[in-house]
Amino acid sequence: MAGMETLSFTFDGGAALAPFAPTLVGVVASGNLEVLVEPAASTGCRIDIDTSARGFGGIWEAVLRDFHARHRAAGISVSIHDMGATPAVVSLRLDQAMAAIQGATP
Amino acid sequence: MKRSFAEMSARERLAAVVDAGSFHEWLPPAARVMSPHLAQLGVPAAFDDGVAIGRALLAGRAAFVATQEGQFMGGGVGEVHGAKLVGLLRRALRDRPDAVVLLAESGGVRLHEANAGLIAVSEVMRALLDVRAAGIATIVLIGGTNGCFGGMGIIARCADTIVMSDIARHAMSGPEVIESAHGAGEFDSRDRALVWRTTGGKHRWLSGDCDMLVEDDPQAFRDAAIAALDGHRPMTLAALQQESALLQRRADLDGDNADAFELWSRLGVADARSVPDLDADAVRARRPAAMAPLATGAA
Repeated sequence: MAGMETLSFTFDGGAALAPFAPTLVGVVASGNLEVLVEPAASTGCRIDIDTSARGFGGIWEAVLRDFHARHRAAGISVSIHDMGATPAVVSLRLDQAMAAIQGATP
Repeated sequence: MKRSFAEMSARERLAAVVDAGSFHEWLPPAARVMSPHLAQLGVPAAFDDGVAIGRALLAGRAAFVATQEGQFMGGGVGEVHGAKLVGLLRRALRDRPDAVVLLAESGGVRLHEANAGLIAVSEVMRALLDVRAAGIATIVLIGGTNGCFGGMGIIARCADTIVMSDIARHAMSGPEVIESAHGAGEFDSRDRALVWRTTGGKHRWLSGDCDMLVEDDPQAFRDAAIAALDGHRPMTLAALQQESALLQRRADLDGDNADAFELWSRLGVADARSVPDLDADAVRARRPAAMAPLATGAA
């Protein structure tokens, strides 16, 4: 696909979350992204990204590794649609998604 | 802290308007019903294609609802986005809720999807008119920062009731479109005061194009939507003739394409120059009786 880059990362370790409903935060807009977190059967944390900003795979990996170190969440699948969000915005959206999940869990 | 309805996301707006926790979404983000066109253009899709649809309760009554996200592609109606709206409306014909409430924020057709978007808009229009003809109250809330323009602007006018805030905008062609077609001398899109007094909620209220004018406040929009639940207006020949007469009266007053200030004065609005500084309550009181839309149970 011209213009877009697709990235995928998997992180192991951490604890499975309590059951939760798929949760969406953020909007696909310039400098912004949407993050959809869903329960997954696997024990790891899988993150798939569609981004309009090509060539930032190394930075994505560093930001997502930090995210996984912060939350240690396993058994989740994270899907991201990005339009050039900065690393700080990506981190905040990921934290927002985890907060929303925990808020929604009884 | 008081929240601005305009600054909320589409999903936040919807949650604030309907009864707490009552929204049940159809085709939610996890279903991944997305645009088949955007990826080919190198543009990321959105999981919900920029619109959330479903059922909810409004003051305990059944409503089918949709909310458009203006931050994604300007709220543009693409093929899937439009199909979700059409599906919602057709389901309303089958299941007969008390109302269909559309939280509109859109620049109109999503240009990336060209003909598919145009067809989608016309299908939404037809479906909305079918729902209205079936006697189900159709309510459009316009309160997002992007306003409601183009094909969505027409769709909004097909509904029984339009609710706007003073900072909402509603028109056919947007300011930039008019400027690029006719020049800044015709319409300067950077002149915010001009843009708002030509397309904003106060102007729409004073000239009879919107049925309820509220403050930029989630509770005010919720109250207005509840009040509009019984505001169904049958579209009879007599009603259309009356509407046509109102439009003709207004067109006669504006033969020279006057500025909004001048038009308001001609409509009989007292001290028109002060209108931009007034709050919604004060502006509501100034609408000349002749510009009130046809009688409705709502307003």
